[in-house]
Amino acid sequence: MRIGVVTFPGSLDDRDAARAIRLAGADAVALWHGDHDLHGVDALVLPGGFSYGDYLRAGAIASLSPIMTEVIDAANKGMPVLGICNGFQMLTEAHLLDGGLIRNDKGRFICRDQGLRIENNASDWTTGFAANAEIVIPLKNGEGSFMASVETLKALEGEGRIVARYIGGNPNGSLNDIAGVTNARGNVVGLMPHPEHAVEAGFGPDTDNAMASGVDGLTFFTSVIAQALVAR
Amino acid sequence: MPTIVVEVMPKAELLDPQGKAVAGALGRLGQTQSALANVSGVRVGKRFEISIEGVADAATLAAVRELADTVLSNSVIEDVVGIHVQDAPSSAVA
Repeated sequence: MRIGVVTFPGSLDDRDAARAIRLAGADAVALWHGDHDLHGVDALVLPGGFSYGDYLRAGAIASLSPIMTEVIDAANKGMPVLGICNGFQMLTEAHLLDGGLIRNDKGRFICRDQGLRIENNASDWTTGFAANAEIVIPLKNGEGSFMASVETLKALEGEGRIVARYIGGNPNGSLNDIAGVTNARGNVVGLMPHPEHAVEAGFGPDTDNAMASGVDGLTFFTSVIAQALVAR
Repeated sequence: MPTIVVEVMPKAELLDPQGKAVAGALGRLGQTQSALANVSGVRVGKRFEISIEGVADAATLAAVRELADTVLSNSVIEDVVGIHVQDAPSSAVA
């Protein structure tokens, strides 16, 4: 399986995402924001960072990039797309996901290992998780507070489209402790925390067993690979 | 040069952490400057000034209105609170 990672001006976690994809067992394909070409990939990751310095709104200018025409088209045809942090912000700005992200409620950039509950294990990126699995992956952002209208929130909750919820305290004021959501089809997922930073023992969050041994993030990538095999 | 001004504010019902931080600083100033003691809140928004060659006709204004709703603001988290035309880009108040 070939999974593309799009690099935008100001992307930071594109190489980490590519590495996570390789560790999960797929080929990572580097894609460029200025192209109109997905190079025949089977799935896509929009990585974290600060595209265009968060000018206008986080993710807003990147969501208007040339390659986003192809990304939006592919997503609407069912291609699995994962937006992480800035990538999540791009997906909301591109209207592929509901809601929006604003500045953290306490006005601080937050960087810490964060507990999450995976509440939807039917999306293309979460099938490898047990129902309501509790995981820990890094969270690092300044504008991670998820907002949506009352009606949108009701639809997201009612249709089981909350992929991940913060546990152990709401870090940023997100409505209903929402850390990640999916679209109705379950192929597009946005996450504020970073699964690509918890994929290899020695470099992940601390666990009860050993320092830096957390690899809970890997399951997002192995899930989409397993889904692709089922789809064939 | 005609200039179309678009003003965008965070939605009133959402927390504005930036405004809150500024209000906090004003509150601390208020302890020493009695004229600021009655400031009860601050919200921070954005102002865009779009310079137009020639005249800002109805079609241009309509296009900018569309731009304001789709690109310059995100209706999930912000409202466009004003669009008007002025003769030139703003300069400092006398």
